[in-house]
Amino acid sequence: MNTLLLGAVAYDPKVVTIWDGFRSYFAKHGLDLDYVLFSNYERQVLAHLAGHVHVAWSSPLAWLQVERAAAVRGRTARAIAMRDTDRDLTSVIVAQRSVATLGELKGKRVAVGAADSPQATMIPLEHLAANGLVAGRDFEVVYHDVLVGKHGDHIGGERDAAKALASGAVDAACLLDGNHLAFSRDGTLAAGKTHVVAQTARYDHCNFTVLDDAPPQLVARFESLLSAMRYDDAEVRPLMDLEGLKAWAPGRTSGYATLAASCERFGSLKPLLDQAARELPVRA
Amino acid sequence: MSPASRAVLDLGSLGLDRGGDVLLRRALAALPANHEVEVRGSSPDLALHLGALCRAGGHALCEGASGLVVRRGTATDARWAGATRAGRADARVSGAVDEHPSARWGVAARGALVEAGAPAFDFTLSDKDEVWADEAAGLYAQAAAVQWDPATAIAWGTPFELSDELEDAIVQIMTYLIENETAALQVPARFLGRIHPHFREVMQLLAIQAADEARHIEVFTRRALLRRSQLGLSSAGGQASLLTLFEEPDFALASFLLSVLGEGTFLSLLWFLHEHAPDPITKDVVRLAAQDEARHVSFGLAHLGRHLARDPSLYRRLALAVERRHDALRDTAGLNGEVWDALVVVAAGSLLPADVERGHGAVVALSQQMSDKRARRLERLGFAAAEARALSDLHTRNFM
Ligand SMILES: [Fe+2]
Ligand SMILES: [Fe+2]
Repeated sequence: MNTLLLGAVAYDPKVVTIWDGFRSYFAKHGLDLDYVLFSNYERQVLAHLAGHVHVAWSSPLAWLQVERAAAVRGRTARAIAMRDTDRDLTSVIVAQRSVATLGELKGKRVAVGAADSPQATMIPLEHLAANGLVAGRDFEVVYHDVLVGKHGDHIGGERDAAKALASGAVDAACLLDGNHLAFSRDGTLAAGKTHVVAQTARYDHCNFTVLDDAPPQLVARFESLLSAMRYDDAEVRPLMDLEGLKAWAPGRTSGYATLAASCERFGSLKPLLDQAARELPVRA
Repeated sequence: MSPASRAVLDLGSLGLDRGGDVLLRRALAALPANHEVEVRGSSPDLALHLGALCRAGGHALCEGASGLVVRRGTATDARWAGATRAGRADARVSGAVDEHPSARWGVAARGALVEAGAPAFDFTLSDKDEVWADEAAGLYAQAAAVQWDPATAIAWGTPFELSDELEDAIVQIMTYLIENETAALQVPARFLGRIHPHFREVMQLLAIQAADEARHIEVFTRRALLRRSQLGLSSAGGQASLLTLFEEPDFALASFLLSVLGEGTFLSLLWFLHEHAPDPITKDVVRLAAQDEARHVSFGLAHLGRHLARDPSLYRRLALAVERRHDALRDTAGLNGEVWDALVVVAAGSLLPADVERGHGAVVALSQQMSDKRARRLERLGFAAAEARALSDLHTRNFM
C-alpha cells in the first residue's frame, strides 16, 4: 500500500476544504495521502483500531480513548504531531459578579459545553472536583450539547453556555481561554458583568495519532512534510489559517493529565472501551 | 535580550478584549521578530487573554518575575513576505498602471500591498491595451462635477402650448430615445463587470456613464408622460439594430459601434432636437443629454485611439465589425418610420405643406451631417478618408 490513509472528524464543512488542500500539498511533494471523514470521534477511534486508517487526527479525548483501547489490546499509540496552537491551552470558569469565589458555586448552576468537550466541560469539571466541588453533587451542571461526538470541536456549545451566563440563566460557565477573549470582544459577555473565578492548569489539545502497525515510511514522510509546511508559503497559508495554526509542532502527550484524571473520576472512557470490546473483541 | 532594552506596553486598565489587542499588535509590529515587549496593565483578565492571543498569533509568552513578556513570532512577517504592490494609486506616476494586472490582485485597491495566495478573479478584460485611456481620469472628474438632478435641472412646470400633432411627434421621439439610451446603459455595463478593477479610472468612468444613461432614460420618460398617458411605438427593426450591440462580445468592437459610431451619431440627433424643440422642456432634456453624450464619445475615441496605436490589426477588425453589422441588418427596416416622420414634423413645426417641406429638408440635412461627422471621427482614429466614408455609410440607419 502506497497510500497513507488519514481519519478526521467532520465537525464543520470546512474540514473538506482543509483536507482536500492538504491532500494536494502532500501529492505535490510525492506523498499519496487520502482521507476518510467520520461523523464522530468514537467511530474514528474504532476504525483506527480496526486498521481502516493509518493516522487519525485525534481530539484530546479521542487520544485517550485510542491509547487506552490500544493498551487493552497490547498495542501502543503514538502522538506524532500537533499544531502550535494545540499546546498550553487553559480553560476558565466565569461567574456572575454575585459569585465571588469558586467555593461559592456550591448549590449553583454551572453551564458547560457538550458532555464530551474537553475544554468546555471535562477539564473544567475536573478542576472544580479537584477543588472540592463535584458536578451533580455540589452543583448542577447545565450541558449545552451541540453536536455530541465532536468532542467540543464545534464552538456552538460554548457560545450557548456563554449566552446562558449572560442572560442570567446560570451562575457560571466554563470556556476555553481563547473563547472567553472572543466572547468578551464580540459582546456576548458584556463588560464588567461577569468575572473569571478560576483558570485551569495548562493542557494540550489535538494530535495526529498512529498505532504500532502504521506503515513507518509513509508516516515518516508525513511527519517530515508536515514540519516542512511553512506559513510564508502562500499555497498552504490559507489552509493553515483554516486549521488554525502557524506551524506544526512535534507530538507530545504530557498535556493530557488533567483530562485523564477527569476520565478516571467520571468514567468517561468506559462507553468507548465497552463498544470496542463488542466490536473488536480481544483475541486470546 | 536584556530587560533594559526591552520595549514596554502599558495598557493601564484597558483589557485586551476591549481594544488593548490593537495596541499589542502595534507594539509587536514595531519590533523585529524574536524581540520582546513587556506588557503591563491592571485588567483582571490581562494574563489570561494575553496567553490566548499569543498562542493564536504564534508569539511566545513568558510569565515570570519580570512580568508578562511577549516574544514576537514570525507569522506576521511570513504572511506578508511574498506580497506584491499592485501598481501605484496615482495613474500619473510612471509604471502605476500595470500592462497585465494579476488576476490575484482582484478587487484590491490599485497601489495596495496584496498578500500572496489571494484568490484569482476572473476579470476577462485585464490587458491595459484593451481598455485604458489616460483621459479616463479627467473625463470621470468632469462627469462627477456636472452630474445634474433631473428633478431640479429641468423646470418641469414651465407652461407651454403645443398642438396634438407636435406633442405626439415628441412622444414618439422620446419613446425611441428611451430604448436607445437603455442599450447605451446596458451594453457598457456588461463590460464594466469584466474589467479588471486595476483600471480604476475606466471602471469609474463607465459607472458614471451608466448613471448618465439612467438619467437620460428618466428625463425622456418624464417628458413623454408630461401630457400623454402612453408612450409611442417601438419597431422590430430598431430593436434588431440594438440587439447586434448586445451580441458583440469584444469590448473594442462593441465600444466602437456603440460609442464612436452610435453615440457620435446621437450627438447630432440631440443637438438637432435642441435646435427644433417645440417646447422648453424638450429643449432642456436633450441639451442635458447631449452634454453627457459628448463625454461618452470622447472616451470611446480615446481608448480606441490608444488601442489602435498599439495594435494596428485592430483597424481591420473594426472595419469588419461594421460590415458584419451592416450585413446582419440588411433585411431589417432600420429606423422606425414613425421616428423619421416625427422628426420631420418637429422640424416643420406644423403640418402645413410648406413647413413640412422645410422639415423634410432639415432631416435629410441631419442625416448627411451625421454621416459626415461619423466619417470625421473615423479619420480621427486613423482610417483613410475613403475607408472612413465607406464605413460611415454602412452604419445602421437606426442611428445608434
Ligand atoms: Fe445617453
Ligand atoms: Fe451615452
